[in-house]
Amino acid sequence: MTNDILVYIDHFKGDPLPASWEAVGAARKLAADLGGSVVAVVLGASVSDLAAAAIAHGADGARIVEDPLLAEFRPEPYADALKTIAANAEMLIFPSSGRTRELAAMVAVDLETGVAPDVIELEVIDGQVIATRPIYAGKLLSKIVARDKRPLILALRSRAFPKLDADASRSGDIVTVEPEINAPKTEVKGYSDAEVGVSLTDAAVIVSGGRGISNNPKLSPPAEITDEKEIEVWKAQQGFKLIEALASVLGGAVGASRAAVDAGYIPYAHQVGQTGKVVSPDLYIACGISGAIQHLAGMRTSKTIVAINKDGDAPIFKLARFGVVGDLHEVVPALTEAFKERLQG
Amino acid sequence: MKIVVCVKQTPDTAATVTVENGVVSWGDAPLVINPWDEYAVEEALRIKEQQGGTVAAISLGPEDAREALKHALAMGCDEAVLISDPSLAGLDSLGVSAVLAAGVGKVGDVDLVCFGRASVDNDTGIMGSQVARRLGWPALTLVSKVVSIDGSSKTIEVERMLEEGRQQVSSTLPAVLSVVKEINEPRYPSFMGIRKASKAEIPVWTTSDLGIGEVPSPALAWPEIYAPAKVETKCEFIEGDSAEAIAAKLADRLLEEKVI
Amino acid sequence: MDFGLSQEHEMVRRMVRDFAAKEVYPGIKEADRNQEMDPQVLPRMGELGILGICIPVRYGGQGMDYLSLGLVCEELEAVDTTLRVVMSVHTGLASMTLLQWGSEDQKRRFLTPLAKGELIGCGAFSEPGAGSDFSHISAAGKRKGDSYVLNGEKMWISLATKADLAMVTVRTNPEIEKASAGLTTFVVELDRPGITRGDIHGKLGVRAGSTGWISFQDVEVPLENRVGEEGEGFKVTMSAFDSGRYTVAAGATGLIRAALEASLAYARERNAFGRPISDHQLIRQKLATMRREYEIARLLYLQAGWLKNAGERNTLETSFAKHFATDASFRAASEAIQIHGAYGFSDEYDVERYMRNARGAMIYEGSNEIQTLIQAEYALKERQDKPLRMEMPAYDAEIWQAG
Repeated sequence: MTNDILVYIDHFKGDPLPASWEAVGAARKLAADLGGSVVAVVLGASVSDLAAAAIAHGADGARIVEDPLLAEFRPEPYADALKTIAANAEMLIFPSSGRTRELAAMVAVDLETGVAPDVIELEVIDGQVIATRPIYAGKLLSKIVARDKRPLILALRSRAFPKLDADASRSGDIVTVEPEINAPKTEVKGYSDAEVGVSLTDAAVIVSGGRGISNNPKLSPPAEITDEKEIEVWKAQQGFKLIEALASVLGGAVGASRAAVDAGYIPYAHQVGQTGKVVSPDLYIACGISGAIQHLAGMRTSKTIVAINKDGDAPIFKLARFGVVGDLHEVVPALTEAFKERLQG
Repeated sequence: MKIVVCVKQTPDTAATVTVENGVVSWGDAPLVINPWDEYAVEEALRIKEQQGGTVAAISLGPEDAREALKHALAMGCDEAVLISDPSLAGLDSLGVSAVLAAGVGKVGDVDLVCFGRASVDNDTGIMGSQVARRLGWPALTLVSKVVSIDGSSKTIEVERMLEEGRQQVSSTLPAVLSVVKEINEPRYPSFMGIRKASKAEIPVWTTSDLGIGEVPSPALAWPEIYAPAKVETKCEFIEGDSAEAIAAKLADRLLEEKVI
Repeated sequence: MDFGLSQEHEMVRRMVRDFAAKEVYPGIKEADRNQEMDPQVLPRMGELGILGICIPVRYGGQGMDYLSLGLVCEELEAVDTTLRVVMSVHTGLASMTLLQWGSEDQKRRFLTPLAKGELIGCGAFSEPGAGSDFSHISAAGKRKGDSYVLNGEKMWISLATKADLAMVTVRTNPEIEKASAGLTTFVVELDRPGITRGDIHGKLGVRAGSTGWISFQDVEVPLENRVGEEGEGFKVTMSAFDSGRYTVAAGATGLIRAALEASLAYARERNAFGRPISDHQLIRQKLATMRREYEIARLLYLQAGWLKNAGERNTLETSFAKHFATDASFRAASEAIQIHGAYGFSDEYDVERYMRNARGAMIYEGSNEIQTLIQAEYALKERQDKPLRMEMPAYDAEIWQAG
């Protein structure tokens, strides 16, 4: 039994999942408390550059398996490969993805050890690792520890842990391992495009626009549109484009208040509120929405509410965790850029 | 085709869940079939209607945990079995997967096992993969469509919902599926089904019925379960000289607080 | 006395609740505003077997008991009254009347397709000039060889324009001294020549439903369509009301519950004077009253259902249930509006619809004034229940469920 903390580097067609570096970062912090080395594990057809990237992001070294049977991710052959490598480790940490959930589950069975996905917090107390994860849709939190089986297998929620910046000067050994891998009984036939648009009721993030969306004196409509009402709607639609852009960067959906829908700015399908959909996202960003009770009824159980409104006295601020008193037409695009930098960089 | 659906009994998702001294309670909210499992039952029934065969629902739980199974029967499953034994209390996924795999083995000659994506209480989403691994069968998780299935040639092709897009995968049978809600719209229990289900005697299998000697003891412990601290709804106003400065501050705060 | 409901009852109630919440509620405000019935409602209720819930399997039904009918009505009206109105007229006035008074041939030809939802039925009893004073309806039926010729107009008929057939009671004997003994009931297919029908709009409530009039001009109806004997029409119609009235009672109970649930949700959220209004005593009084009256209404209709299961005459108990529940549901809805304040006055919230819907039930299926008179007659022993030639059958699971 070693005290290695293994970190599985998840990738899709050679592109690493950025959350993998967060897992390395989390492992580094654990290693500081527990001792032991942080060893990246990369599996695939040709992965030495991913291994090098892992070391640059903080791993002390890497173990790789390069095998044509691993060219396309399938959990069974990957688990065959990983179980040999992980057998003697203290911990095996994954970033979260559909792939890693299956893989972590299977390795846990192979090694007869425990696995906890969706970990949001890690602590070390008296040399013992305590992982916290949400249960009952986040209504409760559960702390998890390993009894006597090792490795402790964890999958970390994305963006819950900080990553170290890449430092090419970091060095470490990349060791190739050749475990026995059985050919899978399944075959990937192909891919089709990801779905466009997130359903409002399922979305983890919702950005909503209200009456204020049309109020942008800086906009000039095209010459063909002369009717006052049409100009108003046109301005609102430009405003909703800003909302859409922010929602897109955050991987969320677009919502609207009844006032905006009634005014014809956006279709009823986007309406959040008493009439309309009741939503409970992790993050609800209300732009130009005053916060009348019938709208609140539709979104008050959101985990975190951010309000952007010109009127500092708007009732929505009483419910919001973060507030910006300002013009949504300036703040929203600035927020989109700020997140683009931070999330896609 | 012989299909097994593994269902779990969970509190109604509308329930107010609280914890006291590490014991979770949901008041008088009813226990229901795990909502994700309804999609699994529905898919199994559709495959059976197309291909012929039988659908059996199995569930691991305490003696009185029959709601989920009754619902599965009322939807149209041919039979339902409760696996229950005092020795099975306090298991983690290691033990549960071993028991469910043994259950599938006892049903015998199974072509397909279906799971819902996750259960709404524990929400780990790993049971399908673990049971598959124990049975030595392929696991197909996050299935959003069964494109084709053939009991005689023992093949199946599915579409899976990955973050990166939809993936088509073919596999041999027997296999284990876990399904997402995009796959179908679960039927309501029919009245005939309700009547049959409420009259049904659901057999109980104990560990000796399953023929498993020792169930893997839990590898994990849960020293504490607690409610998250109520966040103060005192609004933190973000200020700055320009929209860009405000946006930068707000984005940083949201990332700091792990809201994103 | 076992006040518990069976697991079967709970599963039935949950299934109907899910259906109504998922498939009807999302579009109900719009349907109510447009005063048009959602075209999916009748086919879906038919497909799912709800329309034939308490009809024996051998007549195309689902073989459940009369309590199940009540529970189903409670769940349906908690979403909208129009759903329960369908049960009242199709299942109550039409199907159950045929179950009680119909010949085997009529059960085969009419009851079975009604129970399956293949045909839609309604009850055409009220007229422009006669409602409460039913003995003195004027629509007439004249015997002509092997058929009857019907003339007259029926009004305030739910599903008039949507139904395929109607139970119609007319005067066949204008000479007889006791007016009520001169009435006869028929099943009339509404595509017979001479029938015209139309919708009535502008109703205060039940706007997402369909209420109309049916006009008969020399409509020929064969002898085989006569339900019961000549002169039994009053008894047949009163039996129809015992069935229909029960569904109204159960439904109104659901309406009280809906008003209560809406009020509880709002009162917990809305703040005034530094706390949620659910903390203030005058609001609490309203909530307590709603809850108490829900429990009372519920016990009354379940008692009526239990008597029906036992095959016992229940005109009085059904009258208590209908009278109490409908009055209470109007009170509950009105108070719910009060609790919601100005928002209660807007159709953004459901409570104003509850009140408009509740008002009708105090008038139809035997006005609450008629109920009072019925209750007085029983109290004064001026009214004794005599056995009817055809009684509503007691519920027997084996018989009901035999294919």
